[in-house]
Amino acid sequence: MAYKHFEFIEKHAWTLGILTAIMVSIGGLAEITPLFMRAHQVEPPANVKPYDPLRLAGKDVYVSEGCYLCHSQMIRALRFETQRYGHYSTAEESVYDRPFQWGSKRTGPDLARVGGKYSDTWQRMHLMDPRSVVPQSNMPSYHWLADEKLDAKDIQARMRVLRTLGDPYSDADIASAPAAVAGKTKMDALIAYLQGLGIRNEPQAPNTSAAPATDGGSP
Amino acid sequence: MSETTEYYNDHVVRLFLLASAVWGIIGMLIGMYAAAELTWPGLNLGIPWMTFSRIRPDHTFGVIFAFGGSALMGTCYYVVQRTGHARLAFGKLAEFTFWGWQLACVLAMLTMPFGITQSKEYAEPEWFIDILIAVVWVSFGVVFFASLARRRIRHIYVANWYYGAFIIAVGLLHIVNNLAIPVSLTKSYPIYSGVVDAMVQWWYGHNAVAFFLTAGFLGMMYYFVPRQAQQPLWSYRFSIVNFWALISVYMWAGSHHLMYTALPDWVQSVGMAFSLVLLMPSWGSAANGLFTFNGAWHRVVKDPAAKFMVIALVFYAASTFEGSMMAIKSVNSLSHYTDWTIAHVHSGSLGWVAMITIGSLYAMAPRALGRPAMYSHKGMELHFWLHVTGTLLYVVAMWTAGVTEGMMWRATQPDGALTYSFIDSLVAVRPDYFLRWFGGVLIWLGMWVMAWNLWYTASDARKRIINPIPVPIPEPEPKQSPAPLPVAG
Repeated sequence: MAYKHFEFIEKHAWTLGILTAIMVSIGGLAEITPLFMRAHQVEPPANVKPYDPLRLAGKDVYVSEGCYLCHSQMIRALRFETQRYGHYSTAEESVYDRPFQWGSKRTGPDLARVGGKYSDTWQRMHLMDPRSVVPQSNMPSYHWLADEKLDAKDIQARMRVLRTLGDPYSDADIASAPAAVAGKTKMDALIAYLQGLGIRNEPQAPNTSAAPATDGGSP
Repeated sequence: MSETTEYYNDHVVRLFLLASAVWGIIGMLIGMYAAAELTWPGLNLGIPWMTFSRIRPDHTFGVIFAFGGSALMGTCYYVVQRTGHARLAFGKLAEFTFWGWQLACVLAMLTMPFGITQSKEYAEPEWFIDILIAVVWVSFGVVFFASLARRRIRHIYVANWYYGAFIIAVGLLHIVNNLAIPVSLTKSYPIYSGVVDAMVQWWYGHNAVAFFLTAGFLGMMYYFVPRQAQQPLWSYRFSIVNFWALISVYMWAGSHHLMYTALPDWVQSVGMAFSLVLLMPSWGSAANGLFTFNGAWHRVVKDPAAKFMVIALVFYAASTFEGSMMAIKSVNSLSHYTDWTIAHVHSGSLGWVAMITIGSLYAMAPRALGRPAMYSHKGMELHFWLHVTGTLLYVVAMWTAGVTEGMMWRATQPDGALTYSFIDSLVAVRPDYFLRWFGGVLIWLGMWVMAWNLWYTASDARKRIINPIPVPIPEPEPKQSPAPLPVAG
């Protein structure tokens, strides 16, 4: 008897198509809608600021070079991760990352808190020729970044779009961009970005920060 | 049955067949080169657009969307005509979907290595290419559903269900995930940020696997496996049950890509639970395909196309089992961010997707090219062994590398200090990286054997001496809905 209804679906393309669309939509709606609502309610904490013009340019270099394909920026709430990389990453730390840079594969180490771990000179040498400082590395050289100058107009346009999307840039912030990037190369911007990773955002003390996603189990 | 002057539209099928053979070679060449760069980092020769991080998206886009997409669209057009006993609707629009899709692929492959990328995995092309993809995709849906509407067989065969779900879901995923505001022609910012972007991205990323790499290829499987076994599907009703289970459960599982991250705990747990449930419809489909060969195993021994299909189904069962296990949080804490993920993806893509595609192409090509069989039987056998050996080498190398990395990253001394620095784990897996590259070379050589075989099979088609195949028109049923089309001519 019940098969009659299935038979109807199996013989009517529109019914089949509409039911398929409904079934595939449920899962996404159930998981994404609550996160979306919450993201609009939560104010970013005071110590998390949008990227300044130079770091923003650096972040976009990081994105367009595809660094995320080998480096994650997500310290998981696991003992051996926090031991190696520092405090686990929290949701607030990536509110200004469009797109997010958590990554999916580590051919190189996590970079969520790499800021300040090495000197600017080390970073520059490493980007110019990784094997000059880490002989066994298989990272490619990114020497061309040192030859490409930043375009202040472009960065201002980017800041304006980000403001439309809700990032709190003031007119003064946008006006300050040309001075901040004058004479700088993509290499300088990338190094400024890397040196800022995790530094400004690190939760002050584990107890006062947001609860971890999980306790990570036994070490 | 009465013969008429309505013919199948196999022209557009042949175009997609050619495109998938070409893109297969290009996509896998880039993959092989990227793998070589991980072993010998000097191979980018200091050229920006040849660097690993720039070409890796070209490899993934090239094999998934250019190679896989062309094969899916070609077989979809072939299957919907054969199962409905009707010519493809909107021939011009179908032709447009071919050229539009090829243009989108060429544009994507030429922009990404120059840093013009959204850097969202498997959705890297920038906004203007995304719009083109959306337009082509909607046209593809129109051609498919309009062709279904003019079918002469009332019952919609299950392969079309999967193709339909593939078209609807991929359209939805593509549009939602790529919502962005352009800054210029070459740069845009997604409307989502941080956690929400992560969830949207992996909802997309996982379901690109679910609906592009699974549902679409299951559509292929449900048509070509019974065709090649020369007997009906083992259980038709079982395939329908698996269909509804698969499409509804898959959409929940995306968050298993974000275990132990800053994503809220409840979403992680829901993702893990649904990933485990997902094993059932996955194994259901694999079992249904394999049991269809019951009583016809003697044919598999002699038929390389069937061999590809059988091994594809075995890999499908293996990699879906692996996927469900990797979604368990404690397993994921070891496997995530390591090469185990790469092993899993490739056992799915080289084992399942590529093999079911190659098997189906070998089954479809002679029919679409007006030949009784493929040009070279030995060529197909050689391809089979190159592909299977290459895939096994690849997957075993990456499993070894992944478990090695996972264990080294978490190893501690008795005093609680970490045993290894990060670079130690890279040094340990370098031999596996070499082995992986070598596996890739074998697979790539196999693709050349296929291209060569197809070229000679197509010799009559190239000379334009093949005849279009007439549509066998069944006697109209009483109360047939939609009403049968008037016979042309």
